[in-house]
Amino acid sequence: MAIKQLSIFVENKTGSLVKATEVLAEAGVDLRAMSIADTRDFGILRIIVNDTYAAVTALKDNGFVVNMTDVVGCVMEDKPGAAGEMFAALAEAGIAIKYMYGFAGKNEAYAIIRVDDNTLCEKVLLSKGIKLLVPERL
Amino acid sequence: MGNYYQEELECASREKIIEIQNAGLVKTVKKVYENVEYYRNKMDAAGVKPEDIKSIDDLHKLPFLTKDDLRDAYPYGLMAEPLENCVRIQSTSGTTGRRVVAFYTQPDLDMWEECCARAIMAAGGTKKDVCQVCYGYGLFTGGPGLNGGSHKVGCLTLPMSSGNTDRQIQFMVDLEATILCCTPSYAAYLAESINEKGYRDQIKLKAGIFGAEAWTEEMRRDIEKRLGIKAYDIYGLTEISGPGVSFECEEQQGMHINEDHFIAEIIDPKTGEVLPDGEVGELVFTSIDKEAFPLLRYRTKDICVLSRKPCSCGRTHVRMSKPMGRSDDMLIVKGVNVFPSQIEQVLLQQGLTSNYQIIVDREKYSDTIEVLVEMTPELFSDSVTDLAAKEKDVVAGLKSMLGIYAKVRIVEPKSIVRSEGKAVRVIDRRNLYKQG
Repeated sequence: MAIKQLSIFVENKTGSLVKATEVLAEAGVDLRAMSIADTRDFGILRIIVNDTYAAVTALKDNGFVVNMTDVVGCVMEDKPGAAGEMFAALAEAGIAIKYMYGFAGKNEAYAIIRVDDNTLCEKVLLSKGIKLLVPERL
Repeated sequence: MGNYYQEELECASREKIIEIQNAGLVKTVKKVYENVEYYRNKMDAAGVKPEDIKSIDDLHKLPFLTKDDLRDAYPYGLMAEPLENCVRIQSTSGTTGRRVVAFYTQPDLDMWEECCARAIMAAGGTKKDVCQVCYGYGLFTGGPGLNGGSHKVGCLTLPMSSGNTDRQIQFMVDLEATILCCTPSYAAYLAESINEKGYRDQIKLKAGIFGAEAWTEEMRRDIEKRLGIKAYDIYGLTEISGPGVSFECEEQQGMHINEDHFIAEIIDPKTGEVLPDGEVGELVFTSIDKEAFPLLRYRTKDICVLSRKPCSCGRTHVRMSKPMGRSDDMLIVKGVNVFPSQIEQVLLQQGLTSNYQIIVDREKYSDTIEVLVEMTPELFSDSVTDLAAKEKDVVAGLKSMLGIYAKVRIVEPKSIVRSEGKAVRVIDRRNLYKQG
């Protein structure tokens, strides 16, 4: 059920994202979601792509340090309060979010959530009637 | 005309100095051969007997001693006196093997402090002066050495140790300090703070004795101007005694080596061949009257040149130039000895690669050290918190190893410049040795 997220190490300097995205473009990889975590010196580019295998191969071949992590994708109604309900459900179950990012589609909104226990997280969300994003829908 | 602590020795004739050196050398060689197994083995291996050393002309027959010998013999292997006769140790920073621990009897301490007293008097010091010592006190030789020298001269001594700049300035103003002893970079920092805070008119400093790190002539002139003083260089190393092995006089043209205690040689660092005066090479010292920790032909790794040109100050002792570089890869950062291998050891212990680079710089007169290390798949994590924690561990490991703060920056793989396949380990942007 889990979604594969790729994390790429990039230095915190102008232009460092260009090469990573160029490599992905040349490999014909389509980016489905993207977020950047930054510190003073470096950043972590986190992406979800349509072809994980092709992306990892291309990035590694080009000298990037890449890490693959399972994350939970959830699908919410695109309406006020939907994110709050999702957070409340996780909080109630004692699940801490390490990081997350979200984006809105045409009728739905999506959140990518990184937690310690994906299975538990998915179970809690489903029990509250929150749908999960499945890899096939990416 | 001069202000000497021990005029008869500092201005002795060359014949007198050679006489002292001959006697001291013969005595020291005999003593270490009889009392120190390590020396005996080393001399036997080189086929030299004490009776082969009759004068300083025979000095070249003795084998060299290096930091590796100090490591092999750590801690007591080079002791020439029973431990009960020793009263003090001093030490450099760093881990075992890189750390030097030196032992002193009371006469050894007196000799060392007298050397520092000579330096203070060469800078114009008298018993009427107030001498503010802001070298670190403790295992580091800077504070204790100048403190002892200041006592010998009879100055009122302010044992400030390092740090706490506001308090330093307050004491300097309130107690009317006239002589400042510290590292040149700290002197520059103090000068800036004093001017910024508007105390320039309230200080009574006339001289500064600055050592323990390399500094340029430009830096000297800058400090002199901003503090209204004359700035004197001082040189030394824990192995030989501490600061005061050599010191500058008012000529400010090289540092007089205390030749009645130490014989200086310049050698070719590659062949070990002794070079004539005036040629650039590695400085080698032989102590001739130390009791507890005598060192014969100790290679300092400092590259410099000796001059026997007569000096207008009246001192007859040979002068050495400021060190022009090192024959090993040791860096001196914030007065602390740093070897790239120590940094590498920490990185490997922390699971990082040996693809690293050390960048040393000087910002606002204070040394900075930054370690760049390449990211690896093993180290990488999708969590910023994990990576920040790793970085913190490395910083703590370096602090514990080196004794100073080093910034750590994790960089992209293969981003460290390599020359002929080998990473350039050290970039020193301070340009400390450019003046030659």
